[in-house]
Amino acid sequence: MNKILSFLAIGLLGVGATASAADIIGTVTFKGTPPAEKVITPILDDPTCGASYNGKAPTTHFYVVGAKGEFGDVIVSLKDVSGKSTGSAAPAAVLDQKGCLYTPTILALQTGQKLTVKNSDPVLHNVHLNPTVPDNATANAASINAAQMANGPDLTYSFPKPEKFLKFQCDVHPWMLAWVTIVDSPYYAQTGADGKFVIKNVPPGKYTLVADHRKAGETTQDIEVKDTDVTVNFTFEAK
Amino acid sequence: MNENCQTHYNPWLHYFAIATAIITFLLIGLGGLVTSHEAGMSVPDWPNTYGYNMFLFPISKWVGGVFYEHTHRLLASTVGLLTVILAVWFWRREPRRWLRSLGWLAVVLVIVQGVLGGLRVSLKMAWLGVFHGTVAQVFLVLTFCFALWTSRWWWQWGQSPAPALVSRGLRRHVLYATLLIFLQLMLGATMRHQHAGLAIQDFPLAYGQLWPDTSPEALARYNADRVEVVTETPVTAFQIELQMFHRLGAVIIFLAVVACAWQARRQLGGRDVLARLAAGWLALIFLQIGLGIETLHSNKAADIATLHVMIGALSLVTGALGCVIAFRRTGTAPDFASQTAISGGLTSPAGWAVNK
Repeated sequence: MNKILSFLAIGLLGVGATASAADIIGTVTFKGTPPAEKVITPILDDPTCGASYNGKAPTTHFYVVGAKGEFGDVIVSLKDVSGKSTGSAAPAAVLDQKGCLYTPTILALQTGQKLTVKNSDPVLHNVHLNPTVPDNATANAASINAAQMANGPDLTYSFPKPEKFLKFQCDVHPWMLAWVTIVDSPYYAQTGADGKFVIKNVPPGKYTLVADHRKAGETTQDIEVKDTDVTVNFTFEAK
Repeated sequence: MNENCQTHYNPWLHYFAIATAIITFLLIGLGGLVTSHEAGMSVPDWPNTYGYNMFLFPISKWVGGVFYEHTHRLLASTVGLLTVILAVWFWRREPRRWLRSLGWLAVVLVIVQGVLGGLRVSLKMAWLGVFHGTVAQVFLVLTFCFALWTSRWWWQWGQSPAPALVSRGLRRHVLYATLLIFLQLMLGATMRHQHAGLAIQDFPLAYGQLWPDTSPEALARYNADRVEVVTETPVTAFQIELQMFHRLGAVIIFLAVVACAWQARRQLGGRDVLARLAAGWLALIFLQIGLGIETLHSNKAADIATLHVMIGALSLVTGALGCVIAFRRTGTAPDFASQTAISGGLTSPAGWAVNK
């Protein structure tokens, strides 16, 4: 009987805990005409890199905007929420080098979370980070500009402090660029091409929700999370 | 040929000095290509190359930015060797002690250059590239001076007809214009080593204005609108102002060199070597301004930007050689006062140096 009561108590606590967190869901849109993307013509000048593209060079995609203004690659997070990172237990995030491009171009992860950088290309790259937060530079000093031979072993990074849009580049192929945002909590999401985001299991409270785009800037909204999902939409406008 | 020339002029030393100067100039170009292609950090280690001994790095791996950075290191090693050979040759055969000393100074400079370049990579300090680029220009000037000082023309100085005196004013103007060019080169090196692409992309206006707005709101607008294939580093107010001062510097230098060329022609006549050098200098400045404008229009195309670097270097060398020649023509001119006494009381023009 005591055992049954214990299990019941634990079950009720669990339900209670879940019931006190809610999701923040929403959509980010872009109003107006974004700047035109540029064709990465130098990629075709490189015989190995160019081989992947059959004479048609890819373009930059700094503004991922859908037909109805859906805005992708926006990082949405709770502002000034720190010390809640579950990054050390989270699976590694992956940044790949494929077709002489970084994939994805925009990536978000938590402090303490592992970042694996792969080279899936049949050509050497150098992985060169540009942290602006000193602790992130110190933590990765040994690999801040690391050689990675063709199909070579993965490189691993981890960042102790939050930082927005930390730039990764390859100096062998200077058009190869990616930006990684490091958040000090699990309460963040990155919009897909449909502009949608979901931040799961946010504890109740009042917060400032911030939407960051590398080029378009940031915009914030004050919200209150109770025990039901909160819908928040953001709009960026062409400058 | 005078006795001095007959005894001391060494044609093979002179040709070697010329070759060293030309190869150093090509090295400046290759270094320019490294920065223009944003390849300065494409070889993460030094003095090795991707773990290989630098001289044994397989050609199959000379790809992308590695090609420029690695060949730059190889050519730099060649220039280092040529410099050592030149210094030793001076030490063994050169009668002028000051030139022997300068030969060793060149060795020190080229070693410093190599270390600066290596530290930039191994310490990951991109800003060291500015000093590396600046010392390169000083070294280049020295190599061209070596070529001049070992020439038959220099050894034959003073042979009849004696070269005309150069006024103190003209000498000063050539020096100032040369120093202005050196400052402009440092400004250009600082701009290039920001690794931010073109901070201003329109010309002759800047963001549509005579002097651009650099408020935080304006910067946010510029950066939101900018789409770059390489670097994609947000532009700062400092970088915009750097470019504006570089543009102003170009105008001031143009006016300074016009003044030098006009003054040289007026004082010395169009056939004088210094007047012709000044005319050539002016032509270089015209070309340099054109290349600067084309660098903007081509969105910093690597070949145009590199040519701009090379012509800038050549402009500095031309000014420096002009200074050396002008200073000698005031330094070794015959005593004008005694000559005028002999010729019957003509007064020397005001401001003409009469030192021996």
